[in-house]
Amino acid sequence: MVKTVDLTIPMTADEARSLRAGDMVSLSGSIVTGRDRIHKLLLEERISPGSLPFPLAGAVLYHCGPIMQKQDDGFRVVAAGPTTSQRLEMYEADLIRQYGLRGIMGKGGMGEQTREALKEQGCVYLHTIGGAAAYLADRVTKVLGVWKLEELGLAEAMWHLQVKDFPAMVTMDSLGNDLHRDLEADTLRKFTELIGK
Amino acid sequence: MLKLRDGIVELYRKVATSLPPDIEEALKSALSSEEEGSSARAALAIILENTRLARETSRPLCQDTGVPVFYVQVPVGLSQLELRETILDATRLATVKVPLRPNAVDGITEKNSGDNTGTGFPIIYFEETSGSTLTIDLMLKGGGSENAGQTYRLPVSELNAARDLEGVRRCVIDAVQKAQGKGCPPYVIGVGIGAAKDQVTRLSKSQLMRKLNDTNKIAELAALESRLLQELNQLGIGPQGFGGKTTVLGVKIGVNHRHPASYFVDVSLSCWADRRGRLIW
Repeated sequence: MVKTVDLTIPMTADEARSLRAGDMVSLSGSIVTGRDRIHKLLLEERISPGSLPFPLAGAVLYHCGPIMQKQDDGFRVVAAGPTTSQRLEMYEADLIRQYGLRGIMGKGGMGEQTREALKEQGCVYLHTIGGAAAYLADRVTKVLGVWKLEELGLAEAMWHLQVKDFPAMVTMDSLGNDLHRDLEADTLRKFTELIGK
Repeated sequence: MLKLRDGIVELYRKVATSLPPDIEEALKSALSSEEEGSSARAALAIILENTRLARETSRPLCQDTGVPVFYVQVPVGLSQLELRETILDATRLATVKVPLRPNAVDGITEKNSGDNTGTGFPIIYFEETSGSTLTIDLMLKGGGSENAGQTYRLPVSELNAARDLEGVRRCVIDAVQKAQGKGCPPYVIGVGIGAAKDQVTRLSKSQLMRKLNDTNKIAELAALESRLLQELNQLGIGPQGFGGKTTVLGVKIGVNHRHPASYFVDVSLSCWADRRGRLIW
């Protein structure tokens, strides 16, 4: 049976370093969303950490473009599952280094550059459940803020969200363990057998 | 066509917020086949809980409400121009009412149209039919699994894939191996075989509209579909790529005549949320 670790976000480098690939985690605290355009913008426009409306140091950056609904008293999260993380591979290592992120959350895993940055900086990759958008939206207890809404729109903007008991699994840790790489190696053996090479 | 427009808005709602029953059943039996205490089983339990929650609260089950793809069978005499306008109106309305995530982005300015309409968006295929019934099939195709699709031009020497069904089989296994867990498995796999690139991509995607228990009328393809279903589940990618017994829920293959010089195979993957539905008018 896999163990579940309760994590309070933001977290420290030591906390991130104590996590191991295969741990189930439950996040409470605040996280930020960011997908394709946020990654590009942060790096291309060299946005300094201090000029952001909320701190990224210790944060978990969630690869998610949610469905949000505007209401009288602000925004409601309707659906908020993860997007495929691999598309952000060319940006992520720099983002981890420059902004002091302690967790990257999405689905499908990431590549070698990110794996190295996780080791070097003390950070983890968290895999949550792709497509479970209503379930995960219900783990968001409050919308704390938003950045670049006007410019990037509802799905691409950076949302600052308060969450409680948000489930994920550590699939890449700060020791260089990577369950995605392991799985690919395992499946390759079966693949080779099936196509008879 | 006001009433038809409202019918299409409801079709959007149904497809975005509920899974087809055959897919939900397949996910349930996948759950019972995965080991107690495994992360594969935990992932499926959340997926099924999410499915129930989305249906009961009438919310999209995935935040990526995808590219809407319409397959419309039009009786003789009904205007396709008017139908297209009605579908576009319904799309704008559904974006607000369901709500759907605005997904139509201008490729040059990067501006999101905000209402899921734009050049070639939604995708609409019309086909005239001899009957008197208007049939509108809708698929909401998520971006993650769309990106995981592959097109092959046989022969492919790296796979030792010749121009025959064994070659097709090798391509499909290769596409799923390449996709790993990136496109939200368990997948439904659509395959198109034929003469031209545009034709096979359309054909493979349309296979995803078939129900899981729909048996191919061509015996050779029916055999290949069931063989691939069994073999792809041996790869061990599992739900969400967490490892496990269920990588694929179904494999559906379509074939067109090909050119003597060309043998294209296209593989479309759907995430577990193979969202499809039909409106008959």
